[in-house]
Amino acid sequence: MIRYTIARFFSLIISLIVASLVIFLVIEVIPGDPASFMLGINAREDTLAALRSEMGLDQPLTLRYFDWVIGMFQGDFGNSWTYKTPVSELIADRIWVSLPLAIYALILSTLIAFPAGIVAASRRGGASDVTIMGATQMGVAIPNFWFAMIMVLIFAINLRWFSAGGFPGWSNPLQGLKSLTLPAISLALPQAAILARIMRSSLLDMLLEDFIRTARAKGLTRSQALWRHAVRNALIPVLTIIGLQFSFLLAGGIIIEQIFFLPGLGRLIFQAISARDLIVVESVVMLLVFTVIMVNFAVDITYAIVDPRLRRKS
Amino acid sequence: MSRGLVIGAFLTLVFVALACVSFLWVPYDIETLQIPNKLKTPNLNHWLGTDHFGRDILSMVMMGARTSIAVALLAVGIGMAIGVPLGLFSAARRGSFLDEIIMRGNDLIFAFPSLVIAILITAVFGASAVNAIVAIGIFNIPVFARLTRAVALPLWERDFVLSARVCGKSETRISVEHIFPNIMNLMIVQGTIQFSLGILAEASLSYIGLGAQPPTASWGRMLADAQTLVSIAPHVALVPGLAILLMVLGLNLMGDGLRDRFDPRIKKNRT
Amino acid sequence: MSLLSIEHLSLSIGDTKILHDVSIDVCPGEIVAITGESGSGKSLTALAVMALLPRGSVTDGHIFLENTDILRTSERDLCRMRGCSMGMVFQEPMTALNPVQTIGDQVAETIIIHEKTSKLDANIRATAMLRRVGLNVNPSRYPHELSGGQRQRVVIAMAIALRPKLLIADEPTTALDVTTQATILELLKDLVTEFDMGLLIITHDLAVVAEIANKIAVMQDGHIVEAAATYDLLHNMRHPYTKSLFNAATHKVILPEYIPAPPLLSVESVTRTYNLPRVTVFGSRPTFQALAGVSFHISHGERVGLVGESGCGKSTLTRAILGLEEIQEGQILLDGQPVFTKKSLNLPARRKMQVVFQDPYSSFNPRHRVDRLIAEPLHVLNDSIVGKYREKAVSKALEDVGLTPEDGTKYIHEFSGGQRQRIAIARALIIEPELIIFDEAVSALDVSIRAQVLDLIAGLCRKRQLAYLFISHDLSVVRTITDRVMVMQSGKIVEQGDTEQVFSNPQHAYTQKLIAAAPKLPEVTYNVEVI
Repeated sequence: MIRYTIARFFSLIISLIVASLVIFLVIEVIPGDPASFMLGINAREDTLAALRSEMGLDQPLTLRYFDWVIGMFQGDFGNSWTYKTPVSELIADRIWVSLPLAIYALILSTLIAFPAGIVAASRRGGASDVTIMGATQMGVAIPNFWFAMIMVLIFAINLRWFSAGGFPGWSNPLQGLKSLTLPAISLALPQAAILARIMRSSLLDMLLEDFIRTARAKGLTRSQALWRHAVRNALIPVLTIIGLQFSFLLAGGIIIEQIFFLPGLGRLIFQAISARDLIVVESVVMLLVFTVIMVNFAVDITYAIVDPRLRRKS
Repeated sequence: MSRGLVIGAFLTLVFVALACVSFLWVPYDIETLQIPNKLKTPNLNHWLGTDHFGRDILSMVMMGARTSIAVALLAVGIGMAIGVPLGLFSAARRGSFLDEIIMRGNDLIFAFPSLVIAILITAVFGASAVNAIVAIGIFNIPVFARLTRAVALPLWERDFVLSARVCGKSETRISVEHIFPNIMNLMIVQGTIQFSLGILAEASLSYIGLGAQPPTASWGRMLADAQTLVSIAPHVALVPGLAILLMVLGLNLMGDGLRDRFDPRIKKNRT
Repeated sequence: MSLLSIEHLSLSIGDTKILHDVSIDVCPGEIVAITGESGSGKSLTALAVMALLPRGSVTDGHIFLENTDILRTSERDLCRMRGCSMGMVFQEPMTALNPVQTIGDQVAETIIIHEKTSKLDANIRATAMLRRVGLNVNPSRYPHELSGGQRQRVVIAMAIALRPKLLIADEPTTALDVTTQATILELLKDLVTEFDMGLLIITHDLAVVAEIANKIAVMQDGHIVEAAATYDLLHNMRHPYTKSLFNAATHKVILPEYIPAPPLLSVESVTRTYNLPRVTVFGSRPTFQALAGVSFHISHGERVGLVGESGCGKSTLTRAILGLEEIQEGQILLDGQPVFTKKSLNLPARRKMQVVFQDPYSSFNPRHRVDRLIAEPLHVLNDSIVGKYREKAVSKALEDVGLTPEDGTKYIHEFSGGQRQRIAIARALIIEPELIIFDEAVSALDVSIRAQVLDLIAGLCRKRQLAYLFISHDLSVVRTITDRVMVMQSGKIVEQGDTEQVFSNPQHAYTQKLIAAAPKLPEVTYNVEVI
């Protein structure tokens, strides 16, 4: 177990290094002179010089890269050119919308998908299976931003149960949660559909395994065999998908935030793109990628808990 | 043939046909605006109504089908053309240093969802349909590379591959003659699924303005334009969404149907 | 009164009739064996008793376990019976256990779901039962930490944890090595006596049947063609199918005499070591020596056998000879040329050697036509043979193995297992090699087909000078098809010599153990009155 964790940890570090290099190259090297790129052709020479020194463009590339990385370790992401404030503050404000939204959606998606997948697998070919599979087939095909628009139309505009957008902050947690509910549902449902389908097919694969027959020969009923033996084994492939989904939820959140006017990382990054504020884009992208890599690391470690074959072998 | 496969193939064909017809003829020219004619609900002249500029929505959907299909198809093409050979190579050299590099590289790309890649590209190069293709295409590479490697690995241990090796055939030749023909079906299935995901991704990117730029019609843009009009003219938002939904649904049904047809394991049926 | 009585059982799945009018009785303390070739319906008979038939099965007749008719019992009551009054052991111990649950928990589960008892009590009883079946390992171990034989003991412990009256064992030792097989059979016999259970054992291995069963039922195409007490059946066979089955199992081939010749293949002190994953974080990696200085040679026209249990290094050796595996020390020469030079295969040496693998279903690329499959080895010839000559070579190879040239235009799925093995031999023959490696080439075949393929090999030896290395775990087959035999254990050849001599007078302790463990078919006599 320790050996496995350490091996995973090493690959985590390498992934982070390579990812940061890729982002650094795309943002700071490919445009040539990022400062003149950011300011456009009509920029005044003194503003340009100010931005260059702000970004440290007078220094060699390697030094800039290390400054950037070390800065991030200390919580210093540089200063936003358009907002004139530290990027870390901008991120700190908005991450409290984006992260809860992604987690909220992940919880919803799992809560919907697990029971749906298990019921469908255990009643394979039955009416509930056909209904659930039909629903997931639709769920997989619905673009989440369109689904969000329809939900706004129904629940915000017509029924007036929720507000159509905006975020009141966390001073009243219930209000905050309520305003994230429609966004979270529209993010979660398509992912839940995918997860339910994978849960079902993974379970059906497990039900064909010999050890299920052994369990039945012991006297377990069909559903006992499913719950006691198939579910835990079926979780192994499902976990991978949950890990991948978190990155989709985080990225998908960027779009959903646009629809619901949520002041999250998505809004920040779009404003930064249109203002050509590369410093913000670079930091937010790095943060997103960092989160995804960390989640995948966590999934890998969870594997070892679920599957004893990955633990230390004697 | 299963019912899903027939329905799926039918839906897909309808949209492909719409896209093809749009090259020859569309009911109305979508580049001329007819403001007085705006936001008409579906009627005899405009089967699917008109948008806020008075453009015919059916014509827009047809033109948008073209963009969606082209972007998704090219993106899947990139993913397959690079991913499959990479996976085959990795499997042939399983356990080698190069294999390790390729697989770690794949893992790394998975840390960049296609939306993030699109953001990176757009931030530096600006938004365009080509960027959408590249972003979705890059994300498709590891999908195919991983799948190819995963299904090719057990084949390398099969006796028919061993006996080809005994006959002195090279790794490349074995990959082409023995491995590839046995994974082709699966690639077709995965290609269909990725195609549908590509349609969704293209719609998302153009919805947030990172995809095809006006005047090129695209379903995602139509939805973005419709967003503020949802309460006054719901059909403007409903039609492009339904188009995406039906196209993706069709491709998925087709993919599942093909998988069932190809996979003999489905027929196996124990307690 | 009998414990289990199957009366006129018929079974069909869909439109296919699988079982016809099957009747079998099992008494307490009695071992009844059902035997027959693959597809005879013996396993489905066993599953019918457990009421674990595949979906869509339609049954007729009665299966009485004491006074309960299993075919007319509700699923709920059946669940109460399974594991409690009847238990089952399966063929494949590697997949029969849940990989993510400890073996102790899996045995205890049988007790917990049938009795209202504490988890602690169930665990204690499970541990005791694991000991009883001869498994002295910690019950908190996981299945992947155990060997095949150990896992089969866990499955047995699970099946008998509640001392059921009836135990069903479906090919319980088929996946195991001979020495392990002997101990598992011994264990089953002891348990039957100790618990006064009835044991219904399903096996294709006639020697196992003869050794363990009190009563034998022979099945063919879903019918029981003959059933009698073991002694009676062996010495008074009535049905022609039974006779042909036992004949095939003891089939002897006639090999032409081996004329001493210069060496063809020489393997000289070959060593292959594998690195295992590290146990500690920074410690050095442990190693496993698969081949520890193996030396032997095969002469032109000599037929050599290689026997040994799984993990002894047989497959590594085979792969090394074929040039599929690098070796660290020593060398392998074919007609004086190394088979493997600096990471690449030595093509001139390749031309003299071919291989036939075990599994007739994985030996061929399903997407190519038979003529293309057979012609594949022509690739190693310098000037590749094209056109008419190639066609002729394919036809000749097909005819040599008893097929017709027209078979070349078909695909592999159109052939049965035995025919496929013939095609595999045709593929090996096409470049007229000096040496063929038969890697468990007849192990997956039913006895009657096996006899035919062995005859084919012997016939080829009579037609032309052919040397081969015949690798098998089945001692009786090796005994008839080889001139010389080598016995392998833990990466070393512990004994080699003239086949008859080694078998009748083994010198090494391991060879003795191996030969003693292998179940033997007693002399059978036939009833001459019936045709």
